[in-house]
Amino acid sequence: MAAEGKAIDALSQFELAPFLGALGESVRFSQSNAHMLLAIGLITGLMVWGMRHRAVVPGRLQALAESGYEFVHDMVSAQVGEEGKRYFPFVFSLFMFILFGNLLGMLPYAFTFTSHIAVTFALAALVFVVVTIVALAIHGTHFFSYFFPEGAPKLLAPVIIPIEIISYLSRPLSLSVRLFANMVAGHVMLKVFATFVVLLGGLGVIGPFVAVLPLALNIALVGFELLVAFLQAYVFAILTSIYLHDAVHLH
Amino acid sequence: MSERDGFEQRLREARTRQGLDKPSGDGKGSLSTGPWGIGFRAGVEVVSALVVGVVIGLMLDRWLGTKPWLFLLFFVAGAAAGILNVYRLFAPGRGRKI
Repeated sequence: MAAEGKAIDALSQFELAPFLGALGESVRFSQSNAHMLLAIGLITGLMVWGMRHRAVVPGRLQALAESGYEFVHDMVSAQVGEEGKRYFPFVFSLFMFILFGNLLGMLPYAFTFTSHIAVTFALAALVFVVVTIVALAIHGTHFFSYFFPEGAPKLLAPVIIPIEIISYLSRPLSLSVRLFANMVAGHVMLKVFATFVVLLGGLGVIGPFVAVLPLALNIALVGFELLVAFLQAYVFAILTSIYLHDAVHLH
Repeated sequence: MSERDGFEQRLREARTRQGLDKPSGDGKGSLSTGPWGIGFRAGVEVVSALVVGVVIGLMLDRWLGTKPWLFLLFFVAGAAAGILNVYRLFAPGRGRKI
């Protein structure tokens, strides 16, 4: 598929294409947006349709919905504390959206919208803005003491304050780059080794036997990517809760 | 209500019998997947702080017309912030393992 001649084309999988031809082209609606809507639809479906029985002993879908809910709920209450429960819907939405985006990307022919820095940075910037607003709403101007630790010598203020501000501003960047780089790296590796299978497979008599090696590696990589898909959604959500903890408690 | 309590208890017993309940304690370990994960996280922290510092320096330079000086200053500040980020990543006593 990606092997034209001897070239390994690992990056074309991230290209945006208009969804539904001319209709999508006219409103700039790409397959990335379509997958985002699909993820939202699947999450809503899981939560609404899976919970429709409200059984004491849950069925499969209800167990899945409940374990996702409880997982994030426990994480938010453990990280932020009791008063952090009001931020639970925010963290839960982020977690499910990223998790479904990562997992949808693992399906053949699907597009991984979390592999675009524009998407991950928008999410991280949203987290950054929300956390800053929460901190300002709770602490008012006292929030700015966050940039100068108590007990530090006043003489060092011109050094410490810019460094703390840069450290604070680097949060959305590191948050978005971590998710984006993990997804891109995983999908590029999958594509490269899949191309090796095709290239080696056409090598004559010994081809199919040598091609088994990258195929086996790819199978292992798919499992690893499923782990990464979950782990990165978890990292994003737990860092959001940690930032919320800092905003609520200011150290 | 007692029926519900009885159910919870039976559920707990069944889970313990099947070994589904993880031994409590350090259930929440570190997130990083081995040395590569830790190294990647530290690298991202340093680079992102450095990028923010450099961008601030360049923008202030363009605004104030002090060409390379604020860039150099904020490059150093960004590097320091990156090191601070990495230190916070591994700092003991913050009570929260990432």
